[in-house]
Amino acid sequence: MAFLEVKNLHVEIEGKKILNGLDLSVEKGQVAAIMGPNGSGKSTLAYVMAGKEDYEVTAGDVLLAGESILSLSPDERAAKGLFLAFQYPIEVPGVATMTFLRTALNAQRKARGEGEVSTPEFMKLVRDTAAKLGISQEMLRRAVNVGFSGGEKKRQEILQMSVLQPKLAVLDETDSGLDIDALRIVADGVNALRSKDRAMIVITHYQRLLNYIVPDVVHVMAKGRVVKSGGKELALELEAKGYAQFQEDEAA
Amino acid sequence: MAEVRVIRTPAEQALSAAYRDAGAKLPGGGAVAKLRAAAFARFEQNGLPHRRVEEWKYTDLRTLMREAYPLAAPPDAAAKKRAQGVADIFAGADCRRLLFVDGVFAPELSDLAPEAGLSVGSLAEALANGDALVGDHVGKTFETEDAAVALNTALMGDGAVIRIAKNAEIKRPIHLVFASGGDKPASIFIRSLIVVEPAAKVVLIEDHDGGPAQVNTALDLVVGEGAQVDYLKVTRGRGLHVGSLLACVGANARFNAFAFTTNVDVARNQSFIRFAGEGIQAGIRGVSLLRGKEHVDTTLLIEHAAGHCESREQFRSVLDGQSHGVFQGRIVVKPHAQKTDAKMMTRALLLSDEAEADNKPELEIFADDVVCGHGATASAPSEQLKFYLMSRGIPAAEAEALLVQAFVGEVIEEITHQGIQDALMFAARKWLGARS
Repeated sequence: MAFLEVKNLHVEIEGKKILNGLDLSVEKGQVAAIMGPNGSGKSTLAYVMAGKEDYEVTAGDVLLAGESILSLSPDERAAKGLFLAFQYPIEVPGVATMTFLRTALNAQRKARGEGEVSTPEFMKLVRDTAAKLGISQEMLRRAVNVGFSGGEKKRQEILQMSVLQPKLAVLDETDSGLDIDALRIVADGVNALRSKDRAMIVITHYQRLLNYIVPDVVHVMAKGRVVKSGGKELALELEAKGYAQFQEDEAA
Repeated sequence: MAEVRVIRTPAEQALSAAYRDAGAKLPGGGAVAKLRAAAFARFEQNGLPHRRVEEWKYTDLRTLMREAYPLAAPPDAAAKKRAQGVADIFAGADCRRLLFVDGVFAPELSDLAPEAGLSVGSLAEALANGDALVGDHVGKTFETEDAAVALNTALMGDGAVIRIAKNAEIKRPIHLVFASGGDKPASIFIRSLIVVEPAAKVVLIEDHDGGPAQVNTALDLVVGEGAQVDYLKVTRGRGLHVGSLLACVGANARFNAFAFTTNVDVARNQSFIRFAGEGIQAGIRGVSLLRGKEHVDTTLLIEHAAGHCESREQFRSVLDGQSHGVFQGRIVVKPHAQKTDAKMMTRALLLSDEAEADNKPELEIFADDVVCGHGATASAPSEQLKFYLMSRGIPAAEAEALLVQAFVGEVIEEITHQGIQDALMFAARKWLGARS
């Protein structure tokens, strides 16, 4: 069984069906790209996996390492190694980035029955990672994401991911709002986390990001389901032909 | 024409009797007695304020005070001992501590180490001695018809009289501790006077920890030209607390006021602040943490009487249980106070469905070249923020606590004195820790 198994997932929000029997498997060590047109349910899949409350799962299951996570709260899922990099990272006024990172890391460690990380060890980890992502010490002292540009917020997401070291990382449209330089920095951060012990899902609308984060497998979503899967060349094909073919197939 | 007869409540009758009986025993001679009599006449005219008095709409004293407790007896040794045992949240901030037991100055329990430019005394003594400083300022820093202030002036017993000489820079914060010592319900009328002369610098803490008492306290505060004054009012403890700040701020002064209110039954803190000279920069802020059936009313009257002053009013309250938070803030800009820059913002964070927040900001602007604004919000903690924190592994309760801490922390961080800032953050965290 794959590390992540999404089985026949049906999801509604306020009575509107968004996911329609979605199946997906992602192995450890694999980077899977999920591509699809707007409204195909990509972000919904990300939120449902992370445990956002607004969505109603009407059928199906999501298994992480063979265990269903649908009844777990978002923090319990995080402690099991799930991480969602938000398309629009949230500003948290009044909570310093360092405090936030340390609280999150220690909460996860506590939930897993591990001891708290020591202060010097933690500071070194954050400083080293931040430096690689071009995040200044001054930004670490500021409140989480407050007053940051779109690109800076995305880098903060990657910093959080690097510190928390998840087993399954879901990156939701991490490329949106990034210029080419920021995209490269973010992609380098993600690539540094590629490992045989970690699964990654990269959700994107455009092929561009996949030039920098080269996927092992590409899944195409339309109308709430995975309609086609293939190798990295599938992304190029989509870039050339667009998504129209899948939407028409669905309508037919 | 029919004679209008005012029906007196038992509390009003008891207060009248207390004033008559105390009579000659209240400190102060001729001029002071006259001041008291005039104030008492003002009080008797309208009685205790009630909900039809707009300024007291949300804190109906007539209903809240079913009875008026007898005036507190002078503290005995046992009362002083109890007062000394009151927890000091500023123990780590290296303050000069002055202790008042049931409103009465206890010099033997106070830090009276001499310091250049600082004089400290008791109001009762100053009134009895006909002290000129008291004669010049008490009841004159901000004249108001307010009933609670009138009652205080009529019945004022003791309090602090502090003078900071011109150009003096007082090293440690002055921590005025008003502790409850009596074990019987009592009425306590505290009046203090603090005169900060031009270009002097001081940090003041007025800290009330009441017992089962009805406390009516007032402070006349004079901030001289170019002075720098940080003033913190802490209200905690049981009973009924009515506090009035009567402040007059001189040109080019830097004045920061902060009110921290928690663990009270009913507290009304009203501030009357006049900016009397140009070039003042002021921050009037506060944080309240409420639970149970606690009621806190913060009422401001800020008067920009001179131009080119900047004031920031920023208040936040956290309301749990069935608590009730009230904020009434009025900024008045006088006709000639051009180039006034005043911004008032009040926010309430509601942690339960039964808590209530009332916000009433008002601007009265009579000048045409000013920048003034106000805003008010009341909301539950953001679900979106909570989800973001939880998605990083932080459990729900801890996520909410972190958000509340951040909410009040943003205002507490404006306090420049690090020791005081730390003490208040610690107190806020302790309050959060006691939740659940």
